[in-house]
Amino acid sequence: MKKLMMPSHARGPIADPSTKPLRRRVLLSLAAVTALPLAACGRDGQLKNVHGIDLTDAKWAADFSLKDPDGKTRSMADFKDKLVMLFFGFTQCPDVCPTTLARAAQVKAGLGADGDKLQVLFITVDPERDTPAVLKAYTTAFDPGFLGLYGDAKQTTDTAKAFKVFFQKVPTGSSYTMEHTALTYVFDTHGQLRLALRHEQTAAECLSDIRQLL
Amino acid sequence: MRNTIKTHSLKLLCLAALSLLVSTAHAEVRIDDPWVRATVPGQSASGAFMRLTSSEPTKLVSASAKIADTVEVHEMSMADNVMRMKQIPAVDLPAGKTVELAPGGYHIMFFKLHSQLKDGDTVPMTLVFEDAQGKRSSVDVQAPVRPLTAAMPAGHGRMHHGASK
Repeated sequence: MKKLMMPSHARGPIADPSTKPLRRRVLLSLAAVTALPLAACGRDGQLKNVHGIDLTDAKWAADFSLKDPDGKTRSMADFKDKLVMLFFGFTQCPDVCPTTLARAAQVKAGLGADGDKLQVLFITVDPERDTPAVLKAYTTAFDPGFLGLYGDAKQTTDTAKAFKVFFQKVPTGSSYTMEHTALTYVFDTHGQLRLALRHEQTAAECLSDIRQLL
Repeated sequence: MRNTIKTHSLKLLCLAALSLLVSTAHAEVRIDDPWVRATVPGQSASGAFMRLTSSEPTKLVSASAKIADTVEVHEMSMADNVMRMKQIPAVDLPAGKTVELAPGGYHIMFFKLHSQLKDGDTVPMTLVFEDAQGKRSSVDVQAPVRPLTAAMPAGHGRMHHGASK
């Protein structure tokens, strides 16, 4: 193998008329390859063909001031330079919440080395039952880096309102469950709200949307 | 006299038990891939999922399990990106059609769990069905616990249809 490669290697830079168009072609395709991500990311901030909802032009920008399970008060500013995926849910949720967090873990894994740039936040709409301990155990079961956030009843309502998130208690036979917006909001590394991922989107579709923000 | 009554009621009881057995045999509801989602310590609710196929028109009307104070049949639905949840009186099982209790639709809900459900545990539960004549029958199910992070049932896509009888 080596023997075969050596001569061509040695010949490489020497002017061989046949290599000229080839080099030009290589350069051209290289230019095309580098131009692609530029177009996709869009220095102008445009998102292309997203599966979710493009919120780049949303006139509202939301923030929060909530506690993490260790009692530290958190806001968007704490996640500067991070890509943030934010979801409202509750740990007693049998279906949508675990599915969404499992998908977020798949997205993080799918980002490979860029996974470190992703911060997943889970805001409980059921602070009455989601104690800090339960919240922490729950989010970290999906990924050690996922962070649960909670507030009191008023803070929860205010935060949901700020994010245009609906939630309400639904009494069942002996207990209650929650109904809530199932969108995952995505903020870019400048803290700008950019996307809402629908519950129906696959992990691959979410990944394709999120990659545009990196 | 007393003895006769006793014998008589015993006979009745046997008859009742026998008819229950018979009706169970007649229900022919097949339960595939039952599973329960694991919980973290302190989490007091979870859900069970499975596929049900009945040979005759039947309804799943209730479920019971010793692992929780309350067991209910619920339906989740999505409208305008909002997840709605409600307790429902029954899940219809048309003859020969496989009905899924799966994330995104129906599930059996456990409230006030007595202990943490760990991956690999088995949850015994009983499902109660009611046929078109209003006759009830029950079926015991042993559902394995799958990780909290399970997105889809492991057997998803592997469909069984009621033609195997």
